[in-house]
Amino acid sequence: MGSTRTGGRSGVRWRAAAATCAALVAAPTIAACGSEDGIQINVYYAPEQNFQSVIDKCNEQAGDRYEIVYRTLPRDADGQREQMVRRLAAEDSDLDILGLDVTWVPEFAEAQWLEEWTGENRSDAEAGVLEGPLSTAMWEGKLYAATKNTNVQLLWYDERVTPEPPETWREMIDMAKDLKSRGEPYEILFTGAQYEGLVVTYNTLVSSAGGKILSDDGTEVVMDQGAIDALELLKEVASSGITDPSLTNAQEQQVQQAFEAPDSNSAFELNWPYVYAAIQEANPERAEHLAWARYPGIDGPSRVTVGGYNLAVSEYSQHKPEAFEAALCLRSPESQKFSAIKDGVPPTIESVYTDETPLDPDQPEDAANNPSMATAYPMKEVILEELEDAAVRPLTPVYQNLSTITAKVLSPPAEIDVEETAQELRDGLQKALESKGVLP
Amino acid sequence: MSQQTVESGPAATPAEPAPRKGKPALSEGKRAERRLGWLLCAPAAIVMLAVTGWPIIYSVWLSLQRYDLRFPDQREFVGLENYVAVLSDGYWWTAFGVTVLLTVVSVAIELVLGMLLALVMHRTLVGRGLVRTVSLIPYGIVTVVAAFSWFYAWNADTGYLADMFGAQAPLTEQIPSLLIIILAEVWKTTPFMALLLMAGLALVPDDLLKAASMDGATAWQRFTKVMLPVMKPAILVALLFRTLDAFRIFDNIFVLTKGANDTSSVSMITYNNLIKGLNLGIGSTMSVLIFIAVAIIAFIFVKLFGASAPGSDQEGRR
Repeated sequence: MGSTRTGGRSGVRWRAAAATCAALVAAPTIAACGSEDGIQINVYYAPEQNFQSVIDKCNEQAGDRYEIVYRTLPRDADGQREQMVRRLAAEDSDLDILGLDVTWVPEFAEAQWLEEWTGENRSDAEAGVLEGPLSTAMWEGKLYAATKNTNVQLLWYDERVTPEPPETWREMIDMAKDLKSRGEPYEILFTGAQYEGLVVTYNTLVSSAGGKILSDDGTEVVMDQGAIDALELLKEVASSGITDPSLTNAQEQQVQQAFEAPDSNSAFELNWPYVYAAIQEANPERAEHLAWARYPGIDGPSRVTVGGYNLAVSEYSQHKPEAFEAALCLRSPESQKFSAIKDGVPPTIESVYTDETPLDPDQPEDAANNPSMATAYPMKEVILEELEDAAVRPLTPVYQNLSTITAKVLSPPAEIDVEETAQELRDGLQKALESKGVLP
Repeated sequence: MSQQTVESGPAATPAEPAPRKGKPALSEGKRAERRLGWLLCAPAAIVMLAVTGWPIIYSVWLSLQRYDLRFPDQREFVGLENYVAVLSDGYWWTAFGVTVLLTVVSVAIELVLGMLLALVMHRTLVGRGLVRTVSLIPYGIVTVVAAFSWFYAWNADTGYLADMFGAQAPLTEQIPSLLIIILAEVWKTTPFMALLLMAGLALVPDDLLKAASMDGATAWQRFTKVMLPVMKPAILVALLFRTLDAFRIFDNIFVLTKGANDTSSVSMITYNNLIKGLNLGIGSTMSVLIFIAVAIIAFIFVKLFGASAPGSDQEGRR
């Protein structure tokens, strides 16, 4: 083996290696600029059964100017947020429209990942939207997203067990104890596991008691008397033997299943409207007697935490004007009505609730084939009533931290020590607000 | 990855004498060959440095800053403040305690079960291949998939195991959750332990065992006085690998409890701060602390117990 030949060969190797490296470095860029023919608007949104139909309709409207593509995010909220956050932190230009849970807007806006809605886009996105849901799309007075759908929990009950629904928690607790002593189904079901659902429950209780967790600008911990009263109530409910024994494992799905079970021991369920459609198949017998009412209050009427989704345009999108237009179409009154009827997600635009025309306005109304809001959404009045006086979870960029700490401190609800837990919450939340503390 | 290292062990030993012979005089051709060798290694070495060295340095740099992705404008150098914040925090120490507990208990159980399994695999006369393959199945199943099976088996609504033991909801309490995590870990990695130990068992000469039994040693004595001393290097390597692995436990906990009810490990809490909390400063501090802990574990095993990498000189000397 001559040295010159060896040297020559190693030179070739070097070049080959350099080429490989260059290819490795360049690969993501090539992949990123893939679709040259026509503009593609990628919508990153949670799984929703009939959302593709909404997208198809908007694509028809867009003609050949752009094509909206549905990129399905994971089913759980943490997974959705994580994927988007990871890609936005890397300034991924593939993301055009983001489906954000109502609690994420301040966080994404503060991180400068969202394009502000201004001018005509803003006035279109705000037109006729209920106040509670709209406030979740704002941060520091600016609009960063358009509301797509909202959500509120209702009180679901079995009219055979309790012909008259309770109006306050006090009444509900007394009724449950009374039912238990008479050997009838008595349990009060709500989301009590250590996760966001417990925070939603607590937030509703605090607002209903007229209290506050954070100051209005979201910079200071308040934890006033209402927040203390809510702790006391939560403890009482969880420790008086009137809930499901696996309360600390109960997320929405477990709550729903426990109420649907054939031998269910439950009288009351606090859950989102989707349970209405779910119980029809799971337990048709109980579905016939299923009734709903406004979420129970504390002194006066309840103030219920809103959920739902907003659509935002990514700062790194290459096609912002088209993305705004597409987002407006995806959440237009027609689209919201379609999603409400087909997927059971409550609209954020008030006029949709009173819309009486069926899905296909040219055909006669028919519950099975051509439903309207009235036939597919019988609880819409109660939802609207709750929405008109809704509670919003604290608006702050560090909501994720607040939520993690709150869920942790409140778990398990039966072991709350009012004074101590309140202090623990105050300390933990203050640290979380400064984003300095360690998350559990 | 670690499995490959082990398997290449025996093969590497006989190959070693070759370079030693070439040491005394280097002809021009040899030198050129050696240079070529370096050049061929260089791309791999550079890539290795880029993908391991740089991230480590970068995490250390991040850990010295206040850097929350949500507040890009507030980024600043804070020295060791993050370390003070983490090391004075109760959540971190709870997670650290849980991690140490899980590591010690699961590795101890794995060692005992792994040894038994290795003996069985070593001694089997009939269907040796089948026995070995079957016992490796748990190790071949993706951890997350296995963890989901355990999760559903122990879930109050869907689980046959939860029903069988009459447990209400074992994954909602700390101690039962930890036991289930240990069970899942042990089930999953005992075959790996057994595989490493079997490699050690193969090193025990049959003559030695026969001589011992001629001298009247009982089976137990042969095991403790002959096999264990000969196997010591293999056992230490197995323990080292498993301890390092177990200390970084993440997937089982992520699926089984998500860290609820004080079952977070240090990796889990790091993930929560770094990926969920977007706090690059605090999260990187935790990564660096885990790195240090792992380095200490490796140091203890290598320097104090004298564990050596398979195929290295010390092992060959035996």
